[in-house]
Amino acid sequence: MLTLNQLTKAYSVGDPALRDVTFRVPRGQVVGLIGPSGAGKSTLIRCINRLVEPSSGAIYLDETDLTCLGSRELRRARRRVGMIFQEYALVERLTVMENVLSGRLGYVPFWRSFTRRFPGQDIENAYRLLDRVGLLAHADKRADALSGGQRQRVGIARALAQEPELLLVDEPTASLDPKTSRQIMRLITEICTERELPAIVNIHDVPLAQQFVDRLVGLRAGRMVFDDTPDRLDEAMLTEIYGAEDWTATDQEDDEPESSSDAQISLRLPGAST
Amino acid sequence: MSALDTGPGEPPHYSQVWTFRTPRARLALWVGWVALAALFVWCWQIMNENTLWIFVTDAPSQAADIGSRMFPPELAYLPELLMPLWDTLNIATLGTVGGVILAVPVAFLAARNTTPSALLIRPVALFIIVSSRSINSLIWALLLVAIIGPGLLAGIVAIALRSIGFVGKLLYEAIEETDARQVEAVTATGAGRAQVIHYGIVPQVLPAFWGISMFRWDINIRESTILGLVGAGGIGMKLQSSIDTLAWSQVATILIVILGTVVVSETLSAKVRRALI
Amino acid sequence: MTANSAYPRRWKRPPQLITTRRWRLTLPLLVVAYLVLALGSLEIDAGRVVEGLSRGARFIQGFLQPDFVSRWQDIRQGLIESLTMTLTATVVGVLISVPIGIGAAHNLSPRPVYLVCRSIVSVSRSLQEIIIAIFLVAMFGFGPFAGFLTLAFASIGFVAKLLADDIEEASASQIEAIRATGASGLQLIHYAVQPQVMPRLIGLSLYRLDINFRESAVIGIVGAGGIGATLNTAIDRYEYDSAGAILLLIIAIVMLSEYGSSYLRKYLQ
Repeated sequence: MLTLNQLTKAYSVGDPALRDVTFRVPRGQVVGLIGPSGAGKSTLIRCINRLVEPSSGAIYLDETDLTCLGSRELRRARRRVGMIFQEYALVERLTVMENVLSGRLGYVPFWRSFTRRFPGQDIENAYRLLDRVGLLAHADKRADALSGGQRQRVGIARALAQEPELLLVDEPTASLDPKTSRQIMRLITEICTERELPAIVNIHDVPLAQQFVDRLVGLRAGRMVFDDTPDRLDEAMLTEIYGAEDWTATDQEDDEPESSSDAQISLRLPGAST
Repeated sequence: MSALDTGPGEPPHYSQVWTFRTPRARLALWVGWVALAALFVWCWQIMNENTLWIFVTDAPSQAADIGSRMFPPELAYLPELLMPLWDTLNIATLGTVGGVILAVPVAFLAARNTTPSALLIRPVALFIIVSSRSINSLIWALLLVAIIGPGLLAGIVAIALRSIGFVGKLLYEAIEETDARQVEAVTATGAGRAQVIHYGIVPQVLPAFWGISMFRWDINIRESTILGLVGAGGIGMKLQSSIDTLAWSQVATILIVILGTVVVSETLSAKVRRALI
Repeated sequence: MTANSAYPRRWKRPPQLITTRRWRLTLPLLVVAYLVLALGSLEIDAGRVVEGLSRGARFIQGFLQPDFVSRWQDIRQGLIESLTMTLTATVVGVLISVPIGIGAAHNLSPRPVYLVCRSIVSVSRSLQEIIIAIFLVAMFGFGPFAGFLTLAFASIGFVAKLLADDIEEASASQIEAIRATGASGLQLIHYAVQPQVMPRLIGLSLYRLDINFRESAVIGIVGAGGIGATLNTAIDRYEYDSAGAILLLIIAIVMLSEYGSSYLRKYLQ
């Protein structure tokens, strides 16, 4: 379980990026984080594994307060938190297998990672994860030889290789086409259910978020302005979060022909993700 | 100033004068050029205070004289050049290897995203790079010959010292240009510092590293051919002794060999670099 | 997680760079063989090296406690010669490189002109400054005039080559557009090519100024004047503190000019 308590992040210049953000994510729940660009979504996610240092407040992962760890304990804590990135952030010139195994870096000593001699169990597990995301045949390819959707699957496998207790997902579908976006979102939510993983998914595509997450948190200028189930998000609330806009028109504009209602239905059919 | 002046009820008419720059900018430009010309003339006068113009006017006949002595090149001298040529290759190659080995840690200490301390260590690393770069390998060789005596070792060390700056600079720029997101992703897995560098940064800079090393090797071949002029071994020693004895036909042979070596190494390095990319 | 033995427990990184097995085996052998041969042909006089270490220490000491004063007259003269020949050589070199650079661009020049200009460029590039200096000193006598000629000649190869490459890379569509207006050859250069390559030319000239100063410190060793001659004398006399002072001055001037030229280039763009 993850608890954020009055989390605040202020930069030396400009408005604070986060102000008193407080919420709690129980086991197995997938929380979608929505809000306009610059609302602090990315900062919030990065504060949790301290890729960005929070200014004040507390972050509890089960009993551990992540905000006051020394560098050694921080590395141990980061192992417990898997992260999936916008535009994949794979190490492009390494093989798929090495990318997945890099999820184990926090567990193995330097000489093992240096000589690429990971424990047999890690390798076995990496193969299993690649099989789970449907990329078993691509293990020895270089990451930059894969398509966007495939790369994001590698990113997911890398995060899972850490055997995390929490998933942080930063705009997983940015730069993916609508169909692949849905497949990736489905994969992430399925995995969270399978493993009872709590997850925070930072996402700009509101309809997509509504379709897949259990709960939505809305941020505006660093403050939480919405926290409820996706079906409670109405037009008035969207205006509150994003500012005035004709939401019905935007919905149609945003949805490419591919995600017209027919396509959506066909995509929802089981097995469509492979 | 508006190019379009319209009075009430008049059809618009346009200015017939158009200038490329504002008058002020043009003036500044002219002043700049005149200042440069004046500086040139001034420098020219200072430089040539002690020039003996008799020698200068005499130069064409000197050139003709040297040219006639150089031709034909003394090809029988070639076998004697093989051993020095081998030495030259060794100076360049071993020097490059040594320089690259020393440059790698310096580059990681100098790159903003990998330096352990931007305040203390980075300036030191940058100073090492700048001093190595601003001193030509011939000067390094001059110093080293005075310190450890004439021979191949002085040449190798000179080439290595000069290469640190070149390789270090290009490599640290490559490190700073790496994709920060890939590094961030490796950090997020809980990897230690060394692991982040090895998995996040090294794969990204490896092609640049090989390219830079190859490029420097090519330059080093070129530079090592002349190190012998100050006693640091290789084919330059032969050049020096031939010049000292005014054996211009031997000089011509040596120059041909040097040119050939340079051309071959340049082609080779270009080929390898293309294969790497 | 229960262990599932269906997946392999071993994984070997597939070779990335050299994919043929034969080369993977022979290449390291060749490297080792070369290193053995090369290191074998080194004749290191260990006694001489050990003896040199104390001199090396003295040099480092001289570098840390440089002596600018006792040879200041020589250093001043050398610096003035270096700086003046750097500037004049760069100006003359760039002025000559412009027509040669235009001539060596295949999209502007007729074939014969192109070939002539390219061969001038490659002659200038393939001969090293120091070798040119040896010849020019033999012809024109000792002193900065020979140095000036050397640097100017070397600048031509450098600037003209890069300028020609730049012109060749300049947008063909812009050149075509101006050519379509019926412009003459000179007008074409002025309107289509110059705006595209001018900032680069200024950048190149400043860069060459930098290189010329560094080279001016070297060609003095063979008698072409400048700070190199002073340095050579200082080292010959084992005056390491003066040598240290000269080296520090060279480093300082190079740093200053590098910083200045990057600032100027930014300002001009």
